[in-house]
Amino acid sequence: MPKLIVNGVEVEVPQGSTVLQACEAAGAEVPRFCYHDRLSIAGNCRMCLVEVEKSPKPVASCAMPANEGMVVKTNTPQVQKARDGVMEFLLINHPLDCPICDQGGECDLQDQAMAYGRGGSRYEDAKRAVKDKDIGPLVKTIMTRCIHCTRCIRFGEEVAGVEVLGLTGRGEHMEVGPYVEAVVNTELSGNIIDLCPVGALTSKPYEFHARSWELVKTESIDVLDAVGANIRIDTRGAEVMRILPRLNEAVNEEWLADKSRFACDGLKKRRLDRCFVRRDGKLEPASWDEAFAAIATRLRGVPGNRIAALAGDLADAEAILLLKELMGALGSTHIDCRQDGAKLDASNRAGYLFNTTIAGIEQADTCLLIGTNPRWEAPLVNARLRKRWRRGGFAIGLIGEPRDLTYKYNHLGVGPQALAELANGRHAFAETLKGAKAPMLILGQGALVRSDGGQILAAARQIAGDLGFVRDGWNGFNVLHSAAARVGGLDLGFVPGADGRDVAGILEGAQSGVIDVVYLLGADEIDTSRFGKAFVIYQGHHGDAGAKRADVVLPGAAYTEKDATYVNLEGRPQRTHRAIHPLGEAREDWKILRALSEALGKQLPYDTLQSVRERLGHVAPSFRALGRVEPASFGNFGTPGPLGPEPFKSNIANYYMTDPISRASPTMAECVAAFLTPAQGKTGTHG
Amino acid sequence: MSGNGADQGASFAFAPEAIAKVKAIIAKYPTGRQASAVLPLLDLAQRENDGWLSRAAMDHVAQILDMAPIKVYEVATFYTMFNLKPVGRHLVQLCRTTPCWLRGSEELRYAAQQELGIGLKETTGDGAFTLVEVECLGACVNAPMVQINDDFYEDLTGESFRELLRALRRGEKPAIGSRTGRQGSCPASGPTTLTEIERR
Repeated sequence: MPKLIVNGVEVEVPQGSTVLQACEAAGAEVPRFCYHDRLSIAGNCRMCLVEVEKSPKPVASCAMPANEGMVVKTNTPQVQKARDGVMEFLLINHPLDCPICDQGGECDLQDQAMAYGRGGSRYEDAKRAVKDKDIGPLVKTIMTRCIHCTRCIRFGEEVAGVEVLGLTGRGEHMEVGPYVEAVVNTELSGNIIDLCPVGALTSKPYEFHARSWELVKTESIDVLDAVGANIRIDTRGAEVMRILPRLNEAVNEEWLADKSRFACDGLKKRRLDRCFVRRDGKLEPASWDEAFAAIATRLRGVPGNRIAALAGDLADAEAILLLKELMGALGSTHIDCRQDGAKLDASNRAGYLFNTTIAGIEQADTCLLIGTNPRWEAPLVNARLRKRWRRGGFAIGLIGEPRDLTYKYNHLGVGPQALAELANGRHAFAETLKGAKAPMLILGQGALVRSDGGQILAAARQIAGDLGFVRDGWNGFNVLHSAAARVGGLDLGFVPGADGRDVAGILEGAQSGVIDVVYLLGADEIDTSRFGKAFVIYQGHHGDAGAKRADVVLPGAAYTEKDATYVNLEGRPQRTHRAIHPLGEAREDWKILRALSEALGKQLPYDTLQSVRERLGHVAPSFRALGRVEPASFGNFGTPGPLGPEPFKSNIANYYMTDPISRASPTMAECVAAFLTPAQGKTGTHG
Repeated sequence: MSGNGADQGASFAFAPEAIAKVKAIIAKYPTGRQASAVLPLLDLAQRENDGWLSRAAMDHVAQILDMAPIKVYEVATFYTMFNLKPVGRHLVQLCRTTPCWLRGSEELRYAAQQELGIGLKETTGDGAFTLVEVECLGACVNAPMVQINDDFYEDLTGESFRELLRALRRGEKPAIGSRTGRQGSCPASGPTTLTEIERR
């Protein structure tokens, strides 16, 4: 633990810290461009120069290890002069086009030029210009502005695991780019926009749409995958302009996946802004009273066991709770929150959580992936796996589709056969698992939605038990969810009750006429053609598959428009906050269900959001631990039995379109064309 | 950028004799550090590919060394001795740094342009010569000089340089080194010390 003196203040920093970190610890601000605490040290911008006693010239503090007894000064005339000089050089080739630059107002270079730079430039020659690169539909490049900090390059190499960008040429001719025509094909590409300290990499969909100082910033939670990344929603008036990540070391660090960041333009398309009632086969606009009346009329005299409800992937916990209680009041036990039919066992909480936690991945030393493609199902979990893998000593085995996961793994097999071999200890990888001190396994939804999903869950449970995945202070059994609503729904027990039908049973019942009424709470990823003659009520915010089939449509609020609770895949309850008001006549979902219960004569006893949340804590105590993970005790779950022969398949076939919001997003459609469509369709006129 | 107009080659592979060299080069570095071999392999690839590195050649080196292609492009574009466009059979590299310039490199450039009918960074129509200017090649004592492919030709004048180029065009192999016949970088007027050794 070296002790240093920074500007006369003594600080002690951990071994291996840099002078820059010591300066920060002492409260001295050091300007920087290339240094980033989540990336390797490059030391090439020279902005962080400080004076160190006994050193003949200024020292780049980001690359200098902090040593015992160093005397550092950051506020001397020499340091000021050094910063002046560096800044003047940086600005030689940087265009002074801040008024037309999207980064203006939130630009490190702009801010630091104001704070540390000199008033003007002595450079009189022509500035250089660099050709812009086309690296895909998400990131816009204006390469003349680039100051060669190489943060984007290091991010690709270290965090994203996709090496496309590089520094080519030398001296005056040096450029950052892919050298050849290539798209930055990673689900984390948007983060290089945040990392870029200048306006060289900016958001293409957000291009020239708003200035940072016009935006109202609301802290919230992302729901487009089950990670529950912490986000900031930037709005102007009634419009979501962009979504940025927020720091949460336990969940997303400071990264955000592209779908979560860029699908927000889908919030403006195909929205349900009023009620609809189907009359003579056609959906017609209606008032809330008319819609409720239509439902009440249809439900009159229908016994509870002919009514069913499904909760979709974006449903919040408050709405799920109220729907469950409403169905209970109507006498129905046919409820399910697993619209994809995953054979998850709600009876044991450890059986459906990501028990290791996302941050806990960094403590693991062996990992077994079963039927999952984490890169698409949860890009930020995959980024953690890669982070752990890069540190070394992390053996990874994969059973399932052999995809490029950005790290190396042993491919153990494609189907349950390999799983059975592992369970019997016959597979070579079983030895690796046995010898591990902190082994973990990740079970994907693709493995659970199969007809033998319950047996696969049991087999994974058996491996976890037999090979010591669960021990004191360590639980290595993990289910990887891809739906934000799923864990909340399971925590609240939104699964079939006594004699209740699950999603397959409900569809079957509707088709055969045993189920008369189906209530869809934002459930769109189901085969709506199988509803037969059933009366379908759809509550949600997008005109997607569910609304198309519905007989009554109740317009709900999207996640940016409500204060709601979501439980992420670790079992961490987090709250979204309303950034804008629901569109048109749409209402927050719990309010709709509360109002509907009254219209049906089964009034639920909640008049405020506060009372709903108190009830949440009663039904599932884990909801009281807001922002924290309540460890779940390991038990028995799954249905032991024979495994089928079919190879595993991820449940996500198209990362960019998984839910009503991303399906409505024009940006996501462009991503599909750029990243997922084979290049042969391109002609000379494309890019 | 790669948009330099050249056909970047559909494919590239080392010849069987070269593969042995590739293995020998990689074997010089510790296991897992094979990427260190990128410079010598690019050099070998350039020699195998008529003196220039095509995209295909760089991609092939990247594949052999298990590197991301961009890492190879970074190296190849940094070093000026890697040619990223096709060059003539004789790559004439005119030194233009101060000692050569004081000793008449301008005259050499004029002579080459007259003799070959091309400007700097251009290739003759028959693909025989490419003319480029380079910085100091470290043979200042024998200035002015040029490097043609791997060989130095020194103590040139406009006329002797023209003659050199004509000889190359005729397919001859002119002797390398000084064109005035002095040995190495001995004084141009003959030895100034140890003169009795020569007398003996």
